[in-house]
Amino acid sequence: MKDQITSTEAIRGAVHSDLRHDSAIKHVTGRAEYCDDIAEPAGTLHAYLGTSDVTHARIRSLDLSAVRAAPGVIGVLTAADIPGANDISPTGRNDEPVFPTDLIEFHGQPLFAVVAESRDAARRAAELAQMEVEDLPHALDPLQAQAAGYPHITDPLKLERGDVATGFAEAPHRITGRLNVGGQDHMYLEGQISFAIPGEDDDVVVHCSTQHPSEAQHMVAHVLGVPSNAVTVNVRRMGGGFGGKESQMNLFACVAALAAKKWDRPVKIRPDRDQDMSATGKRHDFVIDYDVAFDEAGCIQAVEGEFAARCGWSSDLSGPVTDRALFHADNAYFYPHVRLTSRPMKTNTVSNTAFRGFGGPQGVVAAERMIEEIAFALGKDPLEVRKANFYGPEGRDLTPYHQQVTDNILERLVGELEKSADYQARRKAILKFNAQSRFLKRGIALTPVKFGISFTATHYNQAGSLIHVYSDGSIHLNHGGTEMGQGLNTKVAQVVADAFQVDITRIKITRTTTEKVPNTSATAASSGSDLNGMAALDAAEQIKARLVEFAADKWEVDPAAVIFLPNAVKVGNEVMGFDALVKAAYMARVHLSAAGFYKTPDIYWDRAAGRGRPFYYYAYGASCSEVSVDTLTGEYRVERTDILHDVGRSLNPVLDKGQVEGAFIQGMGWLTTEELWWDKQGRLRTHAPSTYKIPLASDAPRIFNVGLAEWSVNPERTIKRSKAVGEPPFMLGISVLEALSMAVASVADYRECPRLDAPATPERVLMAVERLRGDK
Amino acid sequence: MHSRNEIRFLLNGAPVALPDVSAAQTLLDFLRLNRRLTGTKEGCAEGDCGACTVLVGRLAGGVLRYEAVNACIRFLATLDGCHVVTVEHLRGPDGALHPVQQAMVEFHGSQCGFCTPGFVMSLYALWMERPEPTAGEVETAIQGNLCRCTGYAPIIRAAVAISRYGTPTADLLTRERAAVTEALTALRDGARVETGPADNRAILPADVDDFAELYAAYPQATVVAGATDVGLWVTKFFKPISPAIFIGHLEGLKRIDRDGDSLRIGAGVSYSELGPVIAEHVPHLADYWSRIAGWQVRNMGTIGGNIANGSPIGDTPPVLIAMGAEVVLRRGAERRVLPLEAFFIDYGKQDRAQGEFVEEIRLPLSQAGERHAAYKISKRRDEDISSVAAGFRVTVQDGIISDARLAFGGMAATPRRAVAAEAALVGQAWHETAFEAAAVALAGDFTPLTDWRASAEYRAAAAANLLRRFFHEQEGQAPVRLAVA
Repeated sequence: MKDQITSTEAIRGAVHSDLRHDSAIKHVTGRAEYCDDIAEPAGTLHAYLGTSDVTHARIRSLDLSAVRAAPGVIGVLTAADIPGANDISPTGRNDEPVFPTDLIEFHGQPLFAVVAESRDAARRAAELAQMEVEDLPHALDPLQAQAAGYPHITDPLKLERGDVATGFAEAPHRITGRLNVGGQDHMYLEGQISFAIPGEDDDVVVHCSTQHPSEAQHMVAHVLGVPSNAVTVNVRRMGGGFGGKESQMNLFACVAALAAKKWDRPVKIRPDRDQDMSATGKRHDFVIDYDVAFDEAGCIQAVEGEFAARCGWSSDLSGPVTDRALFHADNAYFYPHVRLTSRPMKTNTVSNTAFRGFGGPQGVVAAERMIEEIAFALGKDPLEVRKANFYGPEGRDLTPYHQQVTDNILERLVGELEKSADYQARRKAILKFNAQSRFLKRGIALTPVKFGISFTATHYNQAGSLIHVYSDGSIHLNHGGTEMGQGLNTKVAQVVADAFQVDITRIKITRTTTEKVPNTSATAASSGSDLNGMAALDAAEQIKARLVEFAADKWEVDPAAVIFLPNAVKVGNEVMGFDALVKAAYMARVHLSAAGFYKTPDIYWDRAAGRGRPFYYYAYGASCSEVSVDTLTGEYRVERTDILHDVGRSLNPVLDKGQVEGAFIQGMGWLTTEELWWDKQGRLRTHAPSTYKIPLASDAPRIFNVGLAEWSVNPERTIKRSKAVGEPPFMLGISVLEALSMAVASVADYRECPRLDAPATPERVLMAVERLRGDK
Repeated sequence: MHSRNEIRFLLNGAPVALPDVSAAQTLLDFLRLNRRLTGTKEGCAEGDCGACTVLVGRLAGGVLRYEAVNACIRFLATLDGCHVVTVEHLRGPDGALHPVQQAMVEFHGSQCGFCTPGFVMSLYALWMERPEPTAGEVETAIQGNLCRCTGYAPIIRAAVAISRYGTPTADLLTRERAAVTEALTALRDGARVETGPADNRAILPADVDDFAELYAAYPQATVVAGATDVGLWVTKFFKPISPAIFIGHLEGLKRIDRDGDSLRIGAGVSYSELGPVIAEHVPHLADYWSRIAGWQVRNMGTIGGNIANGSPIGDTPPVLIAMGAEVVLRRGAERRVLPLEAFFIDYGKQDRAQGEFVEEIRLPLSQAGERHAAYKISKRRDEDISSVAAGFRVTVQDGIISDARLAFGGMAATPRRAVAAEAALVGQAWHETAFEAAAVALAGDFTPLTDWRASAEYRAAAAANLLRRFFHEQEGQAPVRLAVA
């Protein structure tokens, strides 16, 4: 029973501690392996997509002879080469062919793939296709689509509570308006990529940059016409995902696998940035029509909202995305009478998809616009209007989807931020500054976020894990979540280290693979740590239970007397090393491997009725931003942002803070400089970082104070009482949009809501200034 | 003069000699595909994300200078005589992290990690020059690096703290400076380099005279200086550039001389090389200068290239036209001097004969009575192409505007002067009303286009407002511009 006991004080890498990202050293040295860095076996081929240069057309003929004849080309893949189903619709709607056979539905749509000896040869050859088409009229945005009588791409949702007609009839004030909110490209630094290696029989292994390996696996099997057990999908890490690799990798995984099986050689496919941005979906842009009634105090009486979204040519995830917009159209506010409707419009554009927040941000921004409207109409500070409308006690705690809000902490959270950011004094100072400054104007806004956590598709709220403890005491950890930079693997390893009370260095973090944990859900909906942390804990607890039973039996003590101490185990009065216990257990033939499982309890959702408890809990946050605006040019600058965000009892505060900071900047980018611009022909003209402008370091707030609400504890029994962090802080960026709005409003003495559409580029800001000056 | 067909350079710790380098071969593909140095990443292949940032050391006037550059649009042939340093070279032989790497780890500067090697290299270049940078200097150094995860705050925290983990004097590149200088000097044999297959020919002239002769002989050749534009022709548009004459290495095009009241600037001077000169002699351009592209592109791109490619949205032409700059054009041994504004004839058309090249820019310095300004408006403050760029030079004598040069970019098919607005100013008293009149007159000068950068309406409104800004800024009464950093 002698062994090295490394520490008896505390383990390294415990839960609730600041632990750096497990790959940090590999990141900074360039040794972190991404899909394109995997050593290619001899004979590897490269595929590239040939895409459409028309927007909406019937295909008369597609002549690929020049493509086939190009130097280095091995062959081409078209719809005719698909042995299974020509369909990669992630929701089973069968509306998304890998390659179309007769109809082109957007500019940049993949029509075929060319496979060549080198990527360069494939890229060049892909340009050589000759096509004859019959052009059809196109509709690019939801309004054009509605005017042209285009269908909903998927079923709309209606949420209703109370008596809307009476609510409007009895309220003293009413405002209707429209908000245009743009989409957003993921601009993950690592683009889409898949690398397929053929195996014996039907087998194929696909290395894929994906947030959803199980879906990639199932989709490859579906397209190849083979059972899922023939397909293995692996991902060690992604160079960013943000929702863009939840379904959009399917095309690339399937093309690589098709080509690998057809030519029986390894095949890699990696689009260039322009093709990546043109051919894969983005955040949905919305046109939101709102109608809000309120009283003298600014209390909302009734709300009606219609949310029309640019969904693109296929449904993809547009159903749940537009649903989530409605789920968040209340943000933090109680609507006594409410009716919300989604209009998921088919359009002749790339099929829009998941993006951090999954439609939620578009709903939240609509709620905040209504608050602004009320504040400007009544001449009040928007913060006062916000507070008047927060969810409250019984009678003011029901969401439009009839879920009771029981964990609301906004009053405290916002109160603390208001104080720490010195909001009131700064707002006064800004009002004074604006009165005296002719060209430069300032604005400040403090906006809250309430975000529902869980997949609204209830069955996705499950996760699995696999833990092996080897006889030397080293631990192999695997789970169904994927690492895209958020530090999920680090957090889950912390949970396991905590369970076994061993240093985290003992735990090997391994790539996500469909071979180890089956039927996993996408690492999405902020749920990665919640679900996979619990699943890993379950596996660890199973092994621990066996160790306890074994130790109690062998050393004849009560099981309660077997206690896991830091890097040691106390059995009765004896302390032994973890390694020694494991070795002894192995010798006694104890099973040291376990598959863990978790499903989120207590949630349900009846979509037809618009009722249920879709969310296990809510995460909260608030941000306060101050901006300066040059009213001669519309240029602006974020002077200061203060954030207080709720992650419950953080598993890893430093990683969570990183998520909050990054999400804020990404949310700010969505609402400021990131503009997707289609020309009249339907071509996306902002399709690379040269034309599509995500924030740079110099766009970040000049003063940036980010804090976590350390007192917050998740009242639900989540993993170590933490809360999800991926998506909620994205919406903190709304404070920038609204601060800009205040600065613009100053040119008309704050009497008119500027109705600043997003993204509020310098152009939109200047045009709003000029419009308000004209109205003055 | 002799010639050779080998490209010779140092890659990290070892010499490389490549006998047959295609003109269109990029450094990034060479690193990743030929050498499996996969720490350098491809994010955009157009020099806009910085994931492929490497250091290139070169001898400038005999002094070894390391610069952060984008490997994705850097042609391999242009590395002749250079030292290429990739992220793989930073770790010590004992595996110890480099101070830049250590700081990035300690401050949680990576999340997904894909952009990280590029940031490490940019910060390394900065740290060698500025061991204790300010946050503002860091922001300027990473203008060309995109991060989609962190929001940059931890990267800036790391960058200002690098010197806690080591000093540049103890750094590998400092310690090996003499040896590398010697090795690079030895590579400079004064030869013309001709390499690559017949349909993908790369030529590096021995000197400027050799270039003049070559270009006169091959006027159909593609002249490549910094490659920050031509790089994209290759990576994005598959445009053949053969034969390509690479001139970025020609010291004879890198001279900067004071000539009485003007500066003579060699066409091959990079934005970065000109930076200190701008700061000293043309202070009104200093802020503008740091907003041209990102640092990596400023290290490669040249002032001559910005003019010669004739873009209507190049950053330097409007401000140079406003200052009354001239260009020296050379063909063979013949030279002519042209006002810069006359060089731009129409979209895609310049006053440049076959085989003729921009050799020098002559820039008059400010005289008494002149008031200058340079403005750039873009969707994003840094590393963006302007929606509107403007350079103004207004001469005031005894309270009367005696001369006005108002030049704009992004407003027409070429960078050009606003003659109607100028006419509205000249002869008027220096007063707000004159500028109001000029702002109105400007509508007659331009019919701007709508595109993804800006609408015609915005361009027109913002351009007119820049005239108003100019007046009020010169008056100095009220703040009219957002404070920098």
